[in-house]
Amino acid sequence: MNIWVYIDNFKGIALPASWEAIGVGKTLGNVTALVFGSGVEALAKTSFEYGADEVLLADDAVLTDYRAEAFTMTLSKLAAERTPDLLLFPTTTRGRELAAMVAIDLKTGVMVDVTALEAADGKIIVTRPIYAGKLLTKETCSSKPQIVTLRGRAFPKPPQQAGKTGILTRVAAATGEFPTKVEGYTTSESGVSLTDANVIVSGGRGVSNNPALTPPAGLDEKQAEIWRAQQGFALVKDLASVLKAAVGASRAAVDAGYVPYAHQVGQTGKLVSPDVYIACGISGAIQHLAGMRSSKVIVAINKDPEAPIFKLARYGVVGDLFQIVPALTAAFKKKMGK
Amino acid sequence: MKIVVCIKQVPDSTAKVVVEQGKVVWGDAPLIINPWDEYAVEAALQQKEALGGTVTTVTIGDESTKEALKRALAMGADDAILINDPALVNMDTQATAQILAAVIRKIGGVDMAFFGRQAIDGDSGLVPAQTARLLGWPALTLTSVIKVEGDNVRVERGVEEGRQIVTAKLPAVFSITKDFGEPRYPSFMGIRKASRAEIPTLLLTGVGITAPVSVIAWPEIINPPSREVTCEFITGSSPEEIAETLANKILAEKVL
Repeated sequence: MNIWVYIDNFKGIALPASWEAIGVGKTLGNVTALVFGSGVEALAKTSFEYGADEVLLADDAVLTDYRAEAFTMTLSKLAAERTPDLLLFPTTTRGRELAAMVAIDLKTGVMVDVTALEAADGKIIVTRPIYAGKLLTKETCSSKPQIVTLRGRAFPKPPQQAGKTGILTRVAAATGEFPTKVEGYTTSESGVSLTDANVIVSGGRGVSNNPALTPPAGLDEKQAEIWRAQQGFALVKDLASVLKAAVGASRAAVDAGYVPYAHQVGQTGKLVSPDVYIACGISGAIQHLAGMRSSKVIVAINKDPEAPIFKLARYGVVGDLFQIVPALTAAFKKKMGK
Repeated sequence: MKIVVCIKQVPDSTAKVVVEQGKVVWGDAPLIINPWDEYAVEAALQQKEALGGTVTTVTIGDESTKEALKRALAMGADDAILINDPALVNMDTQATAQILAAVIRKIGGVDMAFFGRQAIDGDSGLVPAQTARLLGWPALTLTSVIKVEGDNVRVERGVEEGRQIVTAKLPAVFSITKDFGEPRYPSFMGIRKASRAEIPTLLLTGVGITAPVSVIAWPEIINPPSREVTCEFITGSSPEEIAETLANKILAEKVL
């Protein structure tokens, strides 16, 4: 089978799910990595090291910033000429969008955010979560090429073999007028990205309930609640920083204005599957559990022993998060030599 | 400004969704407008308020999906269209996008088409970009800020690294994220207006297309394997002792 893998990158830095996609491709056949951008030749080398047999490199100023239309046209033209059997994308914002639009050009479908796949007689059968993981569906595609986007961290990252090379082919970027222009970026303040994180420390409504704190004078009730929550989230962030973890939050905490939406884990937030998920003051509403249930080791700290989060947790502490979380931060600091 | 909002009706996000005898069921949980689509309706209404014009909301489904349209009307949309055709079963996203693109063409003169970022049932998030591609319009997906001047638009869109600032010319397709801002609640007057609204139902012939062919099939939907975990509760005489034990247990998992 002739498999293409799209290497999603931002300013020449690949998103790790791209390497996982090469690993998946290698289990099925010959892998051609697609490296698009400007000044991204180094990514071709890395693609070979992660297992790509060939690289199609479109290195052009027109591809400096990701733009849906320019990238779609470049990819669709290549696919129409060279007829791959299967296109794999990481399920990143760009990967998902590109897969969607290329599928329209090539008159085929997309199996999106896939967590498992198998091949039988050249046909791919995927498994993917729907209803935020409350259910799983199998899917097949009756047209060619088959297009699949792979959920980050659902597949192992292949080992990097230093010095391994392959066949590099330079290809042309799409030309013409494109309807959008990228003016710039504002960077996120959130640090480690939730969907790529090995470890996530999350806070819920409970982080605003520290009775030992007295808010500064002059705040109204809502401002005092937010102030309390910020003190609570500071503890969550301290633990996250020791563990090099991303900071998550429940929908309740986001809706109450404690932290920005970018941190929300759950059905209407990010779907995550880190190695360790530490839930602080999160009771575990069904829509939150749906977003983090595939985490490997779940740790819950909550004062309510009946909280549903404990049903998913490997380790639980029934207690006061305002005492436990700082103590845990201190314990990890000591043990991890910081 | 002629504005269209495409919405979907889905089981409530708090519903316990399971497969029973091969069918997806959600008990007596209500069907609601897809929560993401409420942000799209809000974004559309704000454009109308700033620029003038009309907001038309569209969905595909059976008669019961009129409830989702009524929610959008109650929030302030001007009119609604339901596409209900017996040929429409088990549609994949590109088939859905073909119908929505046909509806938007049929309405004619549309400047802005809004979508939620994805539906909370299928979780695909493909339809906005696919509809844009079919229309040949810019796909401004995952948008949280929109500024229109004349036929120029400037948006901020969420990507992994932060926000990308993009300019384009209208007409364009937008998908809206929660960062846009909380959707409004329907007003009392809005609810009254929506309850009396006559929503036109169109067959595919009414939008001038034949049933698109779906290429994605889902032969089997299953309940996820239950997580076999028994929670080990960590206890101790002090927070420090509990933390010490817990940290050792987590480190022993060898995943950090």
